[in-house]
Amino acid sequence: MTIKVQAEDFDVGAELKALAEGNTQIGAVASFVGLVRDIAPEPPDTDSPHANVHQSAMTLEHYPGMTEKALAQVEADAKARWPLDATLIIHRYGRLLPGDQIVLTACASRHREAAFEACHFMMDYLKTKAPFWKLEEAGGEARWVDARESDDTAAARWAKKEDAAP
Amino acid sequence: MKLVYFAWVRQHIGTAEEELSPPAEVATVEQLLDWLEAQSEGHAKALADRKVIRVAVNQDFAAPDHPVGPNDEVALFPPVTGG
Repeated sequence: MTIKVQAEDFDVGAELKALAEGNTQIGAVASFVGLVRDIAPEPPDTDSPHANVHQSAMTLEHYPGMTEKALAQVEADAKARWPLDATLIIHRYGRLLPGDQIVLTACASRHREAAFEACHFMMDYLKTKAPFWKLEEAGGEARWVDARESDDTAAARWAKKEDAAP
Repeated sequence: MKLVYFAWVRQHIGTAEEELSPPAEVATVEQLLDWLEAQSEGHAKALADRKVIRVAVNQDFAAPDHPVGPNDEVALFPPVTGG
C-alpha cells in the first residue's frame, strides 16, 4: 500500500514497474491516470485583445493530514474487497496545466478481474472521499469546480454491489 | 477549538484557520455551524447554504450530530472535487 501526495509530476512507467517488482505471484497490474483537460474557450480572433490568453490552468488545494488518511482508507477498503498484492495512489496538488498528470491509481493482483475492478473502485471512492478542491482558471477568471452528482452515483454503485453480494 | 477552512469557504471567511472558543452548549457539528454563522459576515456568507458544507472532525468526515469539543480540529469545506 503506497500513498503519495505531492506537487511533483510522476513517471507512470517507473511507478507501475516498482509496484509489481519482487512479487512474481502478480499476474495483473491495472492503472488509471487522470489528466488536466483544457477548459479554455475556443481560441479567440487574432483581433481580440485576449488573442493570446487561450490558456487554462487548474490549482488543486488539499487538506494535508486528512488527505493521506482518506486515501489510505480508500486503499484499505479496496484491499478488504479484492485479493490485491499491491496498491498505489499518487495525487498531485498545486497549479497544473492542460495535459499534466493529476492522479494515478494502480492495483496489482494475481488475476486481471480483481486488478481492474479494484482500480475502478479506488478512483470512484477517491473522487468523493479525498479532500481535494479544484480551482479552474480560464479566460482570466478563476472559479471553484462544483462537485458532480455523477461522482456520488459512481461511488454509490460499489456500495450497492456490496449489498447485492451473496 | 481549531477551525480550518478550505476552497471557497476559506475565501469567504478570509482565513485558512483560527482558534475559537465556542460556549459549552455548542456540543455538536450542527450547533457549531449555527454558532459560527453568527461570528462575522464572512462566516455567515460561507455557511449560507448548508447543503454544500462538508465537515471533518479530527480529519474524518462528520455528520451534523457528531460531537465537538475544545480539543478538536474541525474542518469546513465544500464537497470535494479531486481526482
